[in-house]
Amino acid sequence: MHKIVLMVAQRLALGLLTLIVVSLIVFLGVEMLPGDVAQAILGQAALPETVAAFRKSMKLDLPAHERYFAWLIAFLQGDLGTSIANQREISELIGVRLANTFFLAAMAAAIAVPLSLVLGVLAALYRNSVFDRAINLTTLTSISFPEFFVAYILILFFAVKIQIFPSFSNVIDLDLPFWERVYRCTLPAITLTLVVVAHMMRMTRASIINLLASPYIEMANLKGLKRSRIIVHHALPNALSPIINVIIINLAYLVVGVVVVEVVFVYPGLGQLMVDSVRVRDVPVVQACSMIFAATYILLNLSADVLSILSNPRLLHPK
Amino acid sequence: MSKIKELNALLQQGKVGRRDFMARAGALGVSATVASSMFAKSAQAAPNKGGTLRVGLGHGSTTDSLDPATFENGFTQFIGYGLRNNLTEISNTGELIGELAEDWDISDDATIWTFKLRKGVEFHNGKTLDANDVVASLNHHRGEESKSAAKAILEPVTEIKADGNDTVVITLESGNADFPYIVSDYHLVVMPAKGDAVDWESGAGTGAYKLDSYEPGVRATMKRFANSWKEGRGHFDDAEILTIADVAARTNALTTGEIDVMDRADIKTVHLLGRNPNIRIEETSSTAHYTFAMRTDTAPYDNNHVRLALKYALDREALLKTILRGHGTLGNDHPIGVPNRYHATEEELPQRTYDPDKAKFHLKEAGLSSLNVDLSAADAAFGGAVDAAVLYKEHAAKAGININPVREANDGYWSNVWMKKPWSAVYWGGRPTEDWMFSTAYASGAAWNDSFWEHERFNKLLVDARAELDEAKRREMYVEMQTIVSNEGGVVVPLFNNYVVGMNEKVQHDGIAGNWDMDGNKGIERWWFA
Repeated sequence: MHKIVLMVAQRLALGLLTLIVVSLIVFLGVEMLPGDVAQAILGQAALPETVAAFRKSMKLDLPAHERYFAWLIAFLQGDLGTSIANQREISELIGVRLANTFFLAAMAAAIAVPLSLVLGVLAALYRNSVFDRAINLTTLTSISFPEFFVAYILILFFAVKIQIFPSFSNVIDLDLPFWERVYRCTLPAITLTLVVVAHMMRMTRASIINLLASPYIEMANLKGLKRSRIIVHHALPNALSPIINVIIINLAYLVVGVVVVEVVFVYPGLGQLMVDSVRVRDVPVVQACSMIFAATYILLNLSADVLSILSNPRLLHPK
Repeated sequence: MSKIKELNALLQQGKVGRRDFMARAGALGVSATVASSMFAKSAQAAPNKGGTLRVGLGHGSTTDSLDPATFENGFTQFIGYGLRNNLTEISNTGELIGELAEDWDISDDATIWTFKLRKGVEFHNGKTLDANDVVASLNHHRGEESKSAAKAILEPVTEIKADGNDTVVITLESGNADFPYIVSDYHLVVMPAKGDAVDWESGAGTGAYKLDSYEPGVRATMKRFANSWKEGRGHFDDAEILTIADVAARTNALTTGEIDVMDRADIKTVHLLGRNPNIRIEETSSTAHYTFAMRTDTAPYDNNHVRLALKYALDREALLKTILRGHGTLGNDHPIGVPNRYHATEEELPQRTYDPDKAKFHLKEAGLSSLNVDLSAADAAFGGAVDAAVLYKEHAAKAGININPVREANDGYWSNVWMKKPWSAVYWGGRPTEDWMFSTAYASGAAWNDSFWEHERFNKLLVDARAELDEAKRREMYVEMQTIVSNEGGVVVPLFNNYVVGMNEKVQHDGIAGNWDMDGNKGIERWWFA
């Protein structure tokens, strides 16, 4: 077991290094964009002297490397700093939105992951049947449409035609009861589910089918075991490793890649904040958001590896 | 009697006038005296109090703040006018009325303005309004350190001082008869003073609503301020202002009844939205306009014949039909809109029309047989600017002018393209007064004179008209200035866009202002529920 602990520690240290590299790339990227925060905020109304006053008061007139290292030192001490655009504490700005983003991701995952596992197992069980084809067709169709199209179709039917769900997710009130929050997030969660199910479901089906040709499955068959028992008890545990990896990638996507869905459902998540901040070149907020997104990927990838190893101990002893 | 109830309802919604009402009531067998008294009763019915107004706005960003020096979008303007008041206000019929200033006096040369403040006005934090608050709030936008977008409009102010508790004296470097209009600007709201500075962080003001919660880019909630001085305004108990950037999401929210009012309805589908019996479309002509600004200090635009050729080479009617789908009015190459006081009428300044022959004539006068020019545009300038540039190319081709539409990046458009490239697409929100608009973008040496235009007669008229107190003479001067800009200026002004607002039938109003969108951005205190 200590090998796993050692690996986790190693990977976390590497992760921190990755974060710093990401922050440098993001910083340089925003620097390279035309215009800066002073020009973006003042917009058409920018006069040379107001722009200069703005830059000076926000210390934007310092050279780029000084600004980056000042930010990095504060970040390593746990201080995210304040937004240049509206001078609010970034931790305060991000807190609620981060919770919203994780809530929506968790809700979509709670629907999508069990659903795609069950569908994948069923599709493998009845492979090449009408059921298998129908499931494949439906999920492939829903993943092929752009998210905003799926979202608008759902709004059309469930919010405009039969008005059972709200067309936008007003979840800003912190004291919203849990089930009310779930209700208001239904449509965005279903949209995300439709977008991610195909990937996970097809991976489940493929990796199970892959194993069905192995000798031990043949043996189980010869012993006369039921097909469902063979698949769930013998094939699935050995197929878990690739499935876990796909699930984790989709989880990361649910946290990081949902800005389009946020816009359509007016959902106050982190994606919209990041887009707004890039638009006005508010570097500290962009950095904070990208650190969170990057950390999400790093931690989820790490957990994917740990879970794969636990499900298949051979991976711990590479030849 | 149900017919009569219906008629009453129509009357209250302003859908029938008195004459119509009397005729229809007569047809229903109601005697003239009864009908007349019914009319009076219904039409004068005081607005109902109560309810929560829910508004979805297309503006609003997570980077917004409550500091009026940074206000640049419709969301901050809308909540700013709800929370705070100005010295003066432009009413929904376009008149200038006192807001926190009860009355004002002017010196004979229009350089010294004395504003008398209303007494007993209370801030949301309990403080009583005095002259120091006004002085600090205006000074917030002045001085070396100022980052304010309103710095330029207060540039002519040399001194602002309090004279006792309820008088503010403002001295200008030269006369300006329109100065009380300027202090109605959304940047120049009055906030409680905190030493020499102001407290903008709390959102406290003297407005009809006080701030309950504010999450930039998401939502602001407000409650009616019980001690508001403003009688007959502020009818809702609460208001919830949401940022819904996506126009389809905004339309959905309005049709499903989750919001009561939306701004900037999608003009492509607004005729369909209007068919919904629960929704009313309110359209107001505005002072906001689209322009194509030429740098008159750069060849070939330094030749007025070239500029005129380009002005005649554009089919404005076609542009109005395609870019705005009819939701606007034609521009006449000057920036003064129909809602402005001294807008030149058709008799005073005929509408310029599409005339390729005249364009060719002016090209010849300029000594050119053909013309090749680049027109820079991006949708950051105004929605459809790139399409407009392409249409312009088609129209101008008939006059032997070859326009090359250049699609510029949206990011940094105002810093890198506007006033840098020789010819570019521009959006102007318009200004309540002629002087303000001309001084901002047409006066010699003005920071935003985007055509780099110098005209001796125009600049002299501008200064004279500003200090002229005689209405008739002023009108004459402003008409002449519009004529000069139209015929000799460096800006093509093809269109003025309308403000198109969608509201639930139950939202009532007594006329909508055209100075800004959303009833001068004061809908929250002017509207009520039926």
